[in-house]
Amino acid sequence: MALSDATDATAQAGQGTPARKPTRIFKNLSSKIASLPMVFTALVIFVGGTVWTIVYSFTSSGLLPRLKWVGLDQYERLWSSRKWIVSIENLAIYGICSLILTLVIGFTLAALLDRKVRGEGVLRTIFLYPFALSFIVTGLVWQWILNPQLGLQNIIREMGWESFAFDPMNNSKIVMFGLLIAGLWQGTGLIMCIMLAGLRGIDEDIWKAARVDGIGTVKTYIRVIIPMMRPVFVTSLVLIGSGIVKLYDLVVAQTSGGPGISSQVPAMYVMTSMFGGQNLGQGFAASTMMLVTVVIILVPWAILEFGGKKRG
Amino acid sequence: MKLTTKLMAFSAIVSASSASAVELEVMHWWTSGGEAAAVGKFAEAWDASGNKWIDGAIAGGGDTARPIMVSRIIGGDPPAAFQFNHGRQAEELIEAGLLLDLTDVAEAEGWADIVNPPNLLDACTVDGRIYCAPVNIHSWQWMWLSNGAYEKAGLPVPTNWTEFSESAGALQDAGITPLAMGGQSWQQNGAFGVISVALAGTEAWLAVNRDKSVDAVMSDEYTRVFEAFGAARSLSEGLNVQDWNQATAAVINDTAGAQIMGDWAQGEFALAGEVAGEDYSCLPGLGEVGVLQTGGDAFYFPVVDDAEITAGQKELAAMLLSPPVQVSFNSAKGSLPVRGDVDLTTVNECTQKGLDLLAAGATLPAGETLLSPDTVTQLNDLMTEFWNTPSMTAAEVQSAYADIIADAD
Repeated sequence: MALSDATDATAQAGQGTPARKPTRIFKNLSSKIASLPMVFTALVIFVGGTVWTIVYSFTSSGLLPRLKWVGLDQYERLWSSRKWIVSIENLAIYGICSLILTLVIGFTLAALLDRKVRGEGVLRTIFLYPFALSFIVTGLVWQWILNPQLGLQNIIREMGWESFAFDPMNNSKIVMFGLLIAGLWQGTGLIMCIMLAGLRGIDEDIWKAARVDGIGTVKTYIRVIIPMMRPVFVTSLVLIGSGIVKLYDLVVAQTSGGPGISSQVPAMYVMTSMFGGQNLGQGFAASTMMLVTVVIILVPWAILEFGGKKRG
Repeated sequence: MKLTTKLMAFSAIVSASSASAVELEVMHWWTSGGEAAAVGKFAEAWDASGNKWIDGAIAGGGDTARPIMVSRIIGGDPPAAFQFNHGRQAEELIEAGLLLDLTDVAEAEGWADIVNPPNLLDACTVDGRIYCAPVNIHSWQWMWLSNGAYEKAGLPVPTNWTEFSESAGALQDAGITPLAMGGQSWQQNGAFGVISVALAGTEAWLAVNRDKSVDAVMSDEYTRVFEAFGAARSLSEGLNVQDWNQATAAVINDTAGAQIMGDWAQGEFALAGEVAGEDYSCLPGLGEVGVLQTGGDAFYFPVVDDAEITAGQKELAAMLLSPPVQVSFNSAKGSLPVRGDVDLTTVNECTQKGLDLLAAGATLPAGETLLSPDTVTQLNDLMTEFWNTPSMTAAEVQSAYADIIADAD
């Protein structure tokens, strides 16, 4: 929603340009002055910090930053590191699964709640509640639930299914799915609420019209409702995407990157090399690569999404 | 009215006493039972001197705690004192002039004469100035064995690594995990270090860690080490724990046969009321090579802009090495004192073995004093991957290890 507001604002600004150009700067002067601190913060802290990080990623900075140039050495080492490759693969697995499943589960829950079920308020609270917890708490809770000696596996075995085995925390092949379950448990509630708000925004007449035309409920959702909810999906996508890129605290709390290095993620690689390994240069190189990846994905998408609208 | 006067008098007393006492915040990562008991001895002694110890314990081990400490120092909000493993971890902080020079304290207290082995003080020294106060000697070279577990399996307690490897099958048949290993990477790399000293010998170990010799990594002696470590992977199956003290707990309650862990594990045995020789046995150098690495913990003191705190920091540094504090702290922690002239109150069989090796001079410098934290992190990552990936072969790891040593500074 925030994004669609922003597009509206740029669209309006575009319309307001003609004729009186000189006075434009002084238009809404007080609100412009009020936003100066934020503009300053964004420029100095976000842009300035990013540039500083990129510059120092070409140095051999250890525990403290120092300008001793080493060219692309840090990047060469980064891409020859198995841990970094594993981190990237893990993030890709987690990202793709989390993106699809969060959207599907979130939308399905919202659609079910929207069918005027009894106790909607209670259910909505239950689904949204995990979002109120920090990732650290979520990670610890799921670490206990998935612990083979005291969690899920043990309970099901005690119920009689002796051979049942589900131990993702100690199996390097499926550990990412253990993290995914925890991530979904926490994240879907919020997406469900956003979707629900979107569904509530759909005019009742659309449903009536679909019923008159004899279109089934599921087909109406897929063909009519979902395309109408495009802005809601964009908002959800941005929220989920930013959650994926910054995935760190959940991993630290739940698996601390293990077993071995099988649940490492890029943000964790950055933290360990910067502080554990006292090698800032390597950490900066890794975080620069994270930024580059995000930019590569975001820029074409942003051009498609917002560039088109401006022309139209 | 009376109450008010009383309160005023009380607050006057409080403010008077707080004026002379120095409050020092001390950060450390000693949070397991034995460790917390030991650090309590420091706090007691410091509070008894009329000052105030503010405990800044950080759970999760050194890898979690060091970044927090470093970011507080760089960020301009340093604690009064913090624990590091002495060696190269604080190198850059010293070069940047962020840490207090303790040379005058060291000279006044005569540290150069009392600290034994002398390489502990060398690890604190940069360009002839002393920057840290070593408080204990810790050595990785130990294997702790549960006598109860071997009794259950009907076997004698092994006296070296070879016997241990041979007994592993029988332990597994008795439902006991032969080797307890925590999930954190430093534990797995540490155990590898112990096995390499024991099986490849001290010369090969020094060639790799001190001289950074790639040939030594690729030598036949080291091939044996990588193969032994690879074979040990299957011995820890069935016990999934993260922290080292949870692994030690498995040895204490006889569900695991043995653990390779530094002598700090002994604090846990003591806390559980176990007796060395009866309930558990210890093998320095895995019973193969009788030698100890003299690593350990040291306290560093950041430079602060307050003369009163600086004086307090120096007073604390002197106190940490004073004989009564050394005795009470090291007795509780299960480590060895840094001074050769004090006697520990509770010397058990295992501590005595350690003291004997120390007296005989059978020591090696600690890995942290030879390798930079950057290299240690890379080795941690490699060894934890090896330990947790059954399909990874010893030869693959050996060449990856050689690459890291070749790049080491």
